[in-house]
Amino acid sequence: MSGLNLSHVTKQFGTFTAVNDVSLSVPDGTFVCLLGPSGCGKTTLMRMIAGLDLPTGGSIELAGADITKVPTHKRDLGMVFQSLALFPHLTVGENIAYSLRIRGVAKDVQKKRIDELLAMIHLPGFADRSVAKLSGGQRQRVAIARALAISPKLFLLDEPLSALDAKLREAMQVELRQLQQRLGITTIVVTHDQREAMTMADTVVVMNGGEIRQAAPPVDIYRRPADSFVADFIGQTNLLPVVPDGAGRASVLGEVVEGIALPTGAAKGTLSVRPEDVQLTAPGHGAISGTVTFVRDLGGAIETFVEAGGTQVIAVCSPRNRPDVSVGQSVGIRLDPATSVVLAR
Amino acid sequence: MRREPPQRLAHYGPLFFPAGMLTVFFVVPFATMIAVSFFQRQQGGFYTPAFVFDNYARFLSLFFGKVLGFSLFLAVAVAVACVVIGIPFTYLLSRSARKIQIVWLVALLSILSLSEVMIGFAWSTLFSRTAGITNLFVWLGLMAQAQALTPSFGAVMTAMTYQAFPYTVLVLYPALVRLDPTLTEAARTLGASPVKAFLTVVVPALRNTILATLIMVFIFALGSYLLPQLLGRPQHWTLSVLITDQAIYQSNMPFAAAMAVFLVLVSLALVGLALYAGQQRQAK
Repeated sequence: MSGLNLSHVTKQFGTFTAVNDVSLSVPDGTFVCLLGPSGCGKTTLMRMIAGLDLPTGGSIELAGADITKVPTHKRDLGMVFQSLALFPHLTVGENIAYSLRIRGVAKDVQKKRIDELLAMIHLPGFADRSVAKLSGGQRQRVAIARALAISPKLFLLDEPLSALDAKLREAMQVELRQLQQRLGITTIVVTHDQREAMTMADTVVVMNGGEIRQAAPPVDIYRRPADSFVADFIGQTNLLPVVPDGAGRASVLGEVVEGIALPTGAAKGTLSVRPEDVQLTAPGHGAISGTVTFVRDLGGAIETFVEAGGTQVIAVCSPRNRPDVSVGQSVGIRLDPATSVVLAR
Repeated sequence: MRREPPQRLAHYGPLFFPAGMLTVFFVVPFATMIAVSFFQRQQGGFYTPAFVFDNYARFLSLFFGKVLGFSLFLAVAVAVACVVIGIPFTYLLSRSARKIQIVWLVALLSILSLSEVMIGFAWSTLFSRTAGITNLFVWLGLMAQAQALTPSFGAVMTAMTYQAFPYTVLVLYPALVRLDPTLTEAARTLGASPVKAFLTVVVPALRNTILATLIMVFIFALGSYLLPQLLGRPQHWTLSVLITDQAIYQSNMPFAAAMAVFLVLVSLALVGLALYAGQQRQAK
């Protein structure tokens, strides 16, 4: 099977398990983001894919060959480090051509490739500049070009955009995604920025505590989170307790909501509702009743904080649908079963 | 931080003490030495003030030329040996666990507390036939018979490298610790084996530090005069040995001074040349 396959990959540092039994299949040409809080094992997983760390268990396959124990320099991959790790003693062109020089590629071929890559990253004519004199964004591009010089089978990026300011980061996310689509190269990016993951990835792999919590396309991750960790980590969400009422029906904050059931075989569950899916209405008529505690007008969106049954529920509306509420007012909350997910854990 | 240039004479106050020390203990003795090098020697160990070039003229002979050449060669060889061994050693040291680093650094620093005399006699014992390491080799079956490894050029080189090695490590260590470890990892992901990554990334990235270390060890080794006498044959004696001989045993102060001045000038010229070459490559 082509692409990258991880099966039961585990990494232990002493008694600490950094990556625990991770299996993942990355088809050729896809863009995968490993997303999670710091210390979740995403960087360790990437370092094992690169061969910079060896797994304590499991195997890694690339393009049908087992590369679990193949040394890094024989894996034919391209990697962009968080620190970028541009060689300070080499010029931009020499940095880009490093992998070609190591492989003994002829000088004129190297030169042609440098020009090609510099054109690709929109820095033509930069070959003879010193890397110390580049701006943050330019250094970023040079690191990407250097990693792509040999047309690697696998393109790895470890928190590649974290050093850039917010505006440049957004622009680079789009650029990186377009570049990947144009080259059709299998790409894995480690990030803790969910916005970055949603922008770029075909598949978002959410990790926590060394394990994969969910691997799915961005929209599914957002709309159909697998558990409350994923729901909470990706975007904003309301996590509401679901408990059975006297008749055994599922009840949310004291009201039975039509279309919402307890997870099969579970005594209780958690309902994840995105703030933009919470509707505020007049109290009564089967709606969950609550009291407005705070209204935050952010200009582009209005957030209403409602206290209901001891839980805080946040509703977000666009300014066009500005809710007619004020602090202390009683309101009703309506949940749409189509846009809410009941989670077992 | 913005720094104002000193406005008044009093602002230079902190510099007076070191400037005074340098004048009293360096400039004055060196100036005296230069002056003495032009003095006229009197038979019987004295000299009279004069301005003659006899001392320098006497130095310009094949014999002294050879000794000077050997001294420079020895200093360069020791500097190169120290750096060639020191860079991989310090690189591995900087990548190892903190505890291991501390043990090694303390051990290396303790070498600095040994005097040149102790180092010289320790090595001459180690290289001797009766009590030396060759006995160990015989016991291990590597050699048939114990033999003396001293006096020899190898013994001189070994002891001098040993003596200069701690300085080498201490100069290289901060630079290697500061070197971003992802640089070598990046080189490896780009297809370089660990050894190739070391040679194409670590060594060139540290070029200036390496040049500074070479110069430091070179100057350090140039002044050595005890170890070549203890461990070498007369042809392994350095100019420093001859200077001592002239100054103390032959009581020819003007000639010793002339040789010393010449040695200083030649080493300054070599250091200047090395720095100039380094800058040329930097500019390129």
